[in-house]
Order: sequence, then structure tokens, then C-alpha cells
Amino acid sequence: MAHAAVAEHGEEHEETTTGLNHRKLLMWAFLGSDCMFFGSLIATYLVYQGKSQRGPFPEDVFSIPVTSVSTFVLLMSSMSMVLAYSALTRGQTKSFRIWLLSTAIMGMTFIAFQVFEFYEFANHELEFHCSEVDLSGTIEKDNHTLTTFQKNQLKEQCEAGQAEAVVDHGLTPRTNLFGTTFFTLTGFHGAHVTLGIVWLLSLFFYSFRKGGASPKRELDIDLAALYWHFVDVVWIVIFTVVYLFGVFPGI
Amino acid sequence: MAEDAGTHAETSEGTVHTGHPTPMTYFKVAMTLSVITAIEVAIFYVEDLGKGIIPILAVLSIGKFALVAMYYMHLKYDSRLFTSFFVAGLILAVAVVFAVLFLFRVFG
Repeated sequence: MAHAAVAEHGEEHEETTTGLNHRKLLMWAFLGSDCMFFGSLIATYLVYQGKSQRGPFPEDVFSIPVTSVSTFVLLMSSMSMVLAYSALTRGQTKSFRIWLLSTAIMGMTFIAFQVFEFYEFANHELEFHCSEVDLSGTIEKDNHTLTTFQKNQLKEQCEAGQAEAVVDHGLTPRTNLFGTTFFTLTGFHGAHVTLGIVWLLSLFFYSFRKGGASPKRELDIDLAALYWHFVDVVWIVIFTVVYLFGVFPGI
Repeated sequence: MAEDAGTHAETSEGTVHTGHPTPMTYFKVAMTLSVITAIEVAIFYVEDLGKGIIPILAVLSIGKFALVAMYYMHLKYDSRLFTSFFVAGLILAVAVVFAVLFLFRVFG
């Protein structure tokens, strides 16, 4: 077990070769390597952006207001995580448990948003009455302007004599390159968040054991917090690069 | 955001943390992050910006990233070696992204 001393300027010093706690150093090394993991997934997404031969495309499926709310929830979960950490260091056990559980619940809310989003992407369809559709002009439905791909789908069905037409709006990992790269990137992020939730809940239940929520457990909480904040910063990048850049009409 | 608590807490491995922010600072950071996200979404709906939106959103995103890393992940207060480990991975990741983009002539 390492021991620590505090220097004049307040930095922690452990009796290790680096003067730092090795568990924490290892966590930072892991987070650095995980940056490269997500970097490669983001690069792959960007390389294939706009290369899909058929839709649906990002502008067909993304709902920026919904994703903005889930982003806000994840950002707030980071705040509750640091408040849990802060409460623990001050010996406020009850506050620590409340903030820690809040973080896990917000993480679960984020995952619920992601599941809802994936389900909507995979199963969404637009229905039209062929008699009410002007195939020569711009076609809109549910505040959505049909893309060329969707318009062609509608045209085929209506010209075949159907009274009603259904435009495929579904996206799965097998649909096109966009679907494959999008689900791989956001799916791996979701897996990271899920692992974080399990970690947080484990710490929450462990806190009810004797000594489980004492300030001596600070490092354990610190490591979980670092991981949780990391999934937050990764989402900050994904939200901008994938969602905002992905559907902006000027790009 | 410079209100430091100057907390001292002995841990199981003898780690002592000092100078971490107060809960109020964490709250202010959270509000700043929320405001930046709101600005990002608002800018997104300004279609006249064209490709000019890319650097604006990139800067705002980097700002959010830095706030979380500095204040929530305590890199501002912890040893610089931790920062080095993380930033090294980050630089490599960004290098990988741009290398792949150039390799596949995305900018061409």
C-alpha cells in the first residue's frame, strides 16, 4: 500500500516511482488509449459520411431536439458525479449516496433515450395518400421534406396505382454505410455508458457496507468519476461531429 | 470558477487531495456547459452560416471538452503527468482521425 505526503504547494506525493498513485495513473493511461479507440471510430464515420448509395440519410432520421435533451442529461450526470465525489471527501455519506444514485439514474435515462432513438430509426415509416401528393413539387410530411431517395420510393408506388404509399424511413446497421458506422460508433459509446452505470450502482450498493462510504474510499470513487466524465466528453464530440455536422444542410 | 475549497481528505492509500473546486464551482461549470450546448443547437438552425458553422461548433465543442477535463476530471488541479497521459492519447487520436481523412481524400 502506498503512502502519501503533501508538498508545500499542495500536490499529492506517493511513495511510488512516479510520486503518484499508480491506479489513478493507469486509469489515465486507459482513458488516453480509449481516446484512440473512439478516434478511429469517428474517423471511420467521417470517411464514409455522404458515401451511402441509398437512404435513409442523417437528415432523414436525426432529431436534434431529442438528442439535445439526452446530451443535457449526460452533462448533468457529470455534475452530479463530481458532487458525489465532493460529498464523499467531506464525509457527507447521505449526500454522496443521493448524488451517486442520481448519476446512475441519469445515465440510465441517457441509455433509454438511445434505445428510443435506435428503435425510432429502425422502425420509422412515412405514410402518404397518393391522391393528395404532388409528385412534381417538394413533398413534406411531419415537418420533414422528402429526400430524392424517398421521393422516388413514393413515386414508384403511386405510379403503380396504389392508393396509399409507405416510404421507408428505417435505418439499421445493415441498411447502408451511414447505418453501419453510426450504430458502431454510438453503440460502443452506449456500451461504455452501460458499463459506467453498472460500476456506479456497484459503488452505491457497496456504500451501505461498513466503511463503504468513508472518505478513505475517495480513490475508488475518483476512478469511477474519471471514467464517467470520459464518456461524457466523448459524447460531446459525437454530438457535434455526428449529429450537428451530420444534418446541417449547408455542409 | 476559481473558488477552491482547499479540502484535505486522507484516503485508504494515503492520497491527499487539496485545492479541489467547491460544489458551487461544479454547478457553475454545469450551467456553462448547458449554455454552450444551447448555443450550439441555436447556431445549428442558422442556415446562412454554411460551412462557417464547422469552426464555430468545433470551438464550442472543444470548450466543453476542456471544461469537463479541467474541472470535473480535476486535470487543472492534479499532477501534470495525468494530463500528459490523457493529452498524449488525445493527440494520437486526433492525428489518427486526420491521417485517415487525408488517406481517403476526404478533403480532396
